[in-house]
Amino acid sequence: MSYETFRYPGLNLGRAHPEAHDAAETLMFGFWVFMMSDAILFGMVFGTYVIQLDATAGGPGPRDIYDIKSVLIQTMLLLASSFTFGMASLSNKHKGSPPRLLAWLVVTLLLGVGFLVFEVRDFLSMFDMGAVPSRSGFLSAFFDLVPLHGLHVTCACIWLICLVGQIARYGLDTDVKLSVMRLALFWHFLDIIWIAIFSVVYLAGLA
Amino acid sequence: MTSRLRQARPPYVGVAILSSTLLLLSGCAESGVYLSFLNPQGPIAAAQRWHLIEVVVLLGVFVALPIFVLLPLLVWRYRYGAKSPRYTPKWQDYLPLEVMVWAGPIAIICVLGFLVWHYTHALDPYKPIAPHGRPLQVQAIGYDWKWLFIYPDQGIATVGVLAIPVEQPVAMRLTSATVMQSLLIPALAGQIYAMGGMVTQLHLKATKPGRSLGENTMYNGNGFHHQKFTALAMPPEEFKAWVRKVRASGVALDARAYKALSQRGTVAELVAALPRASHEGNIYLTQVSAALFPAVVEATMTGTPTALGHVLVAPAGLPAPVVRKTAASSMENAP
Amino acid sequence: MNAAAIIEQPLGRLGMDSLPFWEMLQHPTEENLINGFIGGGAACVVVIGIVVVCALITFFGKWRALWSEWLTSPDHKKIGIMYVVVALVMLARAVIEAILMRLQQAVGLGGGFLAPDHFAQLFSTHGTIMIFFMAMPFLIGVINYVMPLQIGARDVSFPVLNSISLGLTAAAAMLVMVSLVIGQFSTGGWFGYPPYTETAFTPDVGPDYWIWALTLSSVGTTLTGINFAVTIYKERAPGMTLMRMPLFTWTALCTSILMIFAMPPLTVATAQLALDRYLGFHYFTNALGGNMMNFMNLFWLFGHPEVYILILPSFGIYSEVVATFSGKALFGYRSLVLATMTIAVLSFTVWVHHFFTMGQSANINAVFGIASMLIGIPTGVKIYEWMATMYRGRVRLTVPMVYAIGFILLFVLGGITGIILANPAIDYQVHNTVFLVAHFHNVAIPGVLFGLLAGYHFWFPKVFGFRLDERWGMISALCWLFGFMLAFFPLYALGLMGLPRRTVAYFNPAYQPLEIVAFLGALLIGCALLALLIQGWVSIKHRNENRVFAGDPWDGRSLEWAVSAPPPEYNFPVLPVVNDADAFAAAKEFGVAYQQPDEFVDIKLPRNSAMGPVLGGLGFVMAFGLVWHIWWLVIVCALGTLAAIIVRGFARDTVQTVPASVVKEEHGRWLDAVQHAAAISRAAECDPANEGLAEQGAAGATS
Repeated sequence: MSYETFRYPGLNLGRAHPEAHDAAETLMFGFWVFMMSDAILFGMVFGTYVIQLDATAGGPGPRDIYDIKSVLIQTMLLLASSFTFGMASLSNKHKGSPPRLLAWLVVTLLLGVGFLVFEVRDFLSMFDMGAVPSRSGFLSAFFDLVPLHGLHVTCACIWLICLVGQIARYGLDTDVKLSVMRLALFWHFLDIIWIAIFSVVYLAGLA
Repeated sequence: MTSRLRQARPPYVGVAILSSTLLLLSGCAESGVYLSFLNPQGPIAAAQRWHLIEVVVLLGVFVALPIFVLLPLLVWRYRYGAKSPRYTPKWQDYLPLEVMVWAGPIAIICVLGFLVWHYTHALDPYKPIAPHGRPLQVQAIGYDWKWLFIYPDQGIATVGVLAIPVEQPVAMRLTSATVMQSLLIPALAGQIYAMGGMVTQLHLKATKPGRSLGENTMYNGNGFHHQKFTALAMPPEEFKAWVRKVRASGVALDARAYKALSQRGTVAELVAALPRASHEGNIYLTQVSAALFPAVVEATMTGTPTALGHVLVAPAGLPAPVVRKTAASSMENAP
Repeated sequence: MNAAAIIEQPLGRLGMDSLPFWEMLQHPTEENLINGFIGGGAACVVVIGIVVVCALITFFGKWRALWSEWLTSPDHKKIGIMYVVVALVMLARAVIEAILMRLQQAVGLGGGFLAPDHFAQLFSTHGTIMIFFMAMPFLIGVINYVMPLQIGARDVSFPVLNSISLGLTAAAAMLVMVSLVIGQFSTGGWFGYPPYTETAFTPDVGPDYWIWALTLSSVGTTLTGINFAVTIYKERAPGMTLMRMPLFTWTALCTSILMIFAMPPLTVATAQLALDRYLGFHYFTNALGGNMMNFMNLFWLFGHPEVYILILPSFGIYSEVVATFSGKALFGYRSLVLATMTIAVLSFTVWVHHFFTMGQSANINAVFGIASMLIGIPTGVKIYEWMATMYRGRVRLTVPMVYAIGFILLFVLGGITGIILANPAIDYQVHNTVFLVAHFHNVAIPGVLFGLLAGYHFWFPKVFGFRLDERWGMISALCWLFGFMLAFFPLYALGLMGLPRRTVAYFNPAYQPLEIVAFLGALLIGCALLALLIQGWVSIKHRNENRVFAGDPWDGRSLEWAVSAPPPEYNFPVLPVVNDADAFAAAKEFGVAYQQPDEFVDIKLPRNSAMGPVLGGLGFVMAFGLVWHIWWLVIVCALGTLAAIIVRGFARDTVQTVPASVVKEEHGRWLDAVQHAAAISRAAECDPANEGLAEQGAAGATS
């Protein structure tokens, strides 16, 4: 099979990385399938959130607790991190030196952690307002959906840190390259989920 | 099946006498009770039985019969070692047969689909039964492990027995004060779930006097198997007399009685707790407010099961609590 | 859940009263004594069983072998065997529970001997085990073993992930077993509907055991589904196009796709119930905006596809069995593939039929009723295709074929009662009664279990290299068939007589005669299980007479029969090239089976990895900590899991090489054996003469 043809959706490693390119075939396809399953998971949680929107049981509703400014900052941080991860992917593919890849990865990590900091700050201020998950069905659903995404981002950040460690230990070997590609997919996937959260939870909630 | 059940009743009286010690202990002698919709006591159950017979005959003749005849035939005729029949090890594609294989089931399902559409709408439990005067209103509340039947127009309530006049449709509204339950009176109509904070509906009618089995079919704990009642169909005059009797001999549903009612326990345990309200193993309650049912729905939904003081001692003219419309109660499609 | 609580109660909720016989010792009433002895006895069986197994392993000095050759092995064949072992152990427990429940109901007029709570645990564990820890591991085990061989692959795509899935499933099964010894299991049935399973109504540990067992198993199963689907898409041998795949592999593919899409709703449902129970959320509570209907939708959005996850692989097994033992190509292969896919897709459109009685509109019920019936079309097609396969064939009544024929006859009845239940107007009457119980056992036992048992008999010689004893197999099969009929046909009648499911006792004598018949049926099923055990014993004793090293005892049609029995670790010395559906049958016909390849190359295989047992063990301990609120244990295990995954990320050198010379030598030894084996006709396939080499041409298939 020609290295020029795309084997799976997304960035392919191509000619410069014959060994990794061959191994990527199955691994990347498997990761796509995993994300499909994960997307269903999110879909279900989105579904319960939408159904539970009105179940505020006299407690605070979306308008009372959402802070659009903070959410906008989170969105920007996450979108920016997707861009920087894209740059990391490119330096992974085009024979980028490890320092260049590392630099982009670290910037991504910082943006991701920044996102999490703002998110946790939001949650804490909601708790202060008495908007705790045990208050109502609506808040339960909110605190399932949004922190579930946050948990995914946390996992992705831990993965990223490990990746940096692996690069330090092994340099850019096949496993690292493949790991960068999968984490990139995962990172963009979480970005898309966030866009859905931003639209369905925050924009629709405040509209 | 139908005739067997019908004929079977008298011998079972004998069996019941044989095991009377057990039955006396349990206090639930049930001989002479209609158990099944195969022996229907009302139009809904009768229609359900007819529907079942249609489906069984259709499937039996067109699905089961051909396979039960053909398969043994095939296995025998083409058994290993049989001398004469043809052997075509590579025969695996034959369009006409493929067409038949798909067309047959499709045709059967089309017919069945038509039946499903018709009967599901005709026998929708939310659909009022063709009016024969005003339907009798009954509100059923599921507790662990008994049903409370409220007659809001009569101001009475019962546990352990649901008395209804024959030929008059009954409009039931159901909820649960605890976990999910399901109310079934097989000889009269199908079942419907009762869920906390929500209201469901069931319509039924009895055409002849008699005693039918009523039960909860949804497991809800240790006393589940005790959660039975008798659906008692009687002529209209008798029903009126029965209402008078309940009014005369029941006790008022006050806070004490309600506490006993809402505690986990069987009908027998309730009878022990409220001896003055008990008649033939059932509980009769009077001065029951029409606002009790919506108040229980509301209290279950807000998680304040004891906030019922205002509806318990039947003050006339007290405004009924407003039931908030939530996602949870959106199932209710009638006021 | 704070630091103080951790220090004050290092064992969380765990105490002396968690032991099954504690209640009996404290309050020795007659009822407590009976139930204490049964519960304590069951606990003893578990404990003694574990002790005996450990003692035997120690006595024979096999701990090292167990660890290095089995538990840490990434070989799909060994993982498959371990899955089936888990399934058979759990099957034994669940059948014993079933017999106990049937006995209780046979004498249940007015009381019986079991306490209601005890009975409720029995039906909850029976259902949970049979679905999640018997049928699922069994079918995953069979797919694991057979599917890579059928598509001509060396292993699954992600062998270590496969081992992790097994670890998680085994941990979940172990959790259910532990609930027998410490504390109690849920009483909420296998679907654990809230609000009954919420803290307000069931504060004890039962639902927590259920939640974590299902969560562990659903995560494991999702990973399995991903693994299988990727394997089938990416690892097929050259020339093995999708439409040349054996039908079993097709059903494995559809099942995997269903797992990928259907397990997440279950994970969400159990996770949300856990949040309700542990952190006071309000998803499914009565109060404060909770909505139990969400749970029912989520659960059955998983639950209905689950039914087809279970049954599709069995349909695949039947397809292989019917074609092989009719000595014919499968009739209507394309239709069967289409029907399988149709069932898989439709399975997502019918979940509402599990709660027709929830009060939704007649339109919704009618639509979902008709959708449910639509599944009858592809299912009917399958049955006709199998019958057409027998037509003008040479049908051999071996044990798998007896299961297949019994299945078709009984499954038709199960399907019919399914269509009856799909009529909302009738469902209103028989929902939640034992009619429903009879129906799903009528599809699950002939449909799923008989299929898996047929597969067990069919592929056993391939896996272990010797045939199973035919006589005891037949006795077992007949006991299953008749036991099933006796046990479940009466339940149809009882259901129509208004007997609700899950009733510990009843007060109307009309029910008792049929309950007694059903109990006799359950006893017969117990005999079937016993016969299966005896069969295993007898077969192992006579294994040397029944060897089929040449690998093809049944004149098989697909690639798994083209290698030795048992197959080498790398499956194929050289990856096969496929030119036809029924690849091996074609090869035999054209005389190109059993070839010596021109050259051998080194084969790369994954190295052993401890990830499976480590993650499984940590998952088990963490779940146990969660059940008993032993928070420090939960934290330690969570960190341990994280550490294990991170360390694995740093692992390199995960591949080992089998040198070409070794492959050549092993292959040569096998070819020698094939050459010296006598080709036998089908008349002799159940004789010791069968060395696994089939006589070819029409002569082999006729007598």
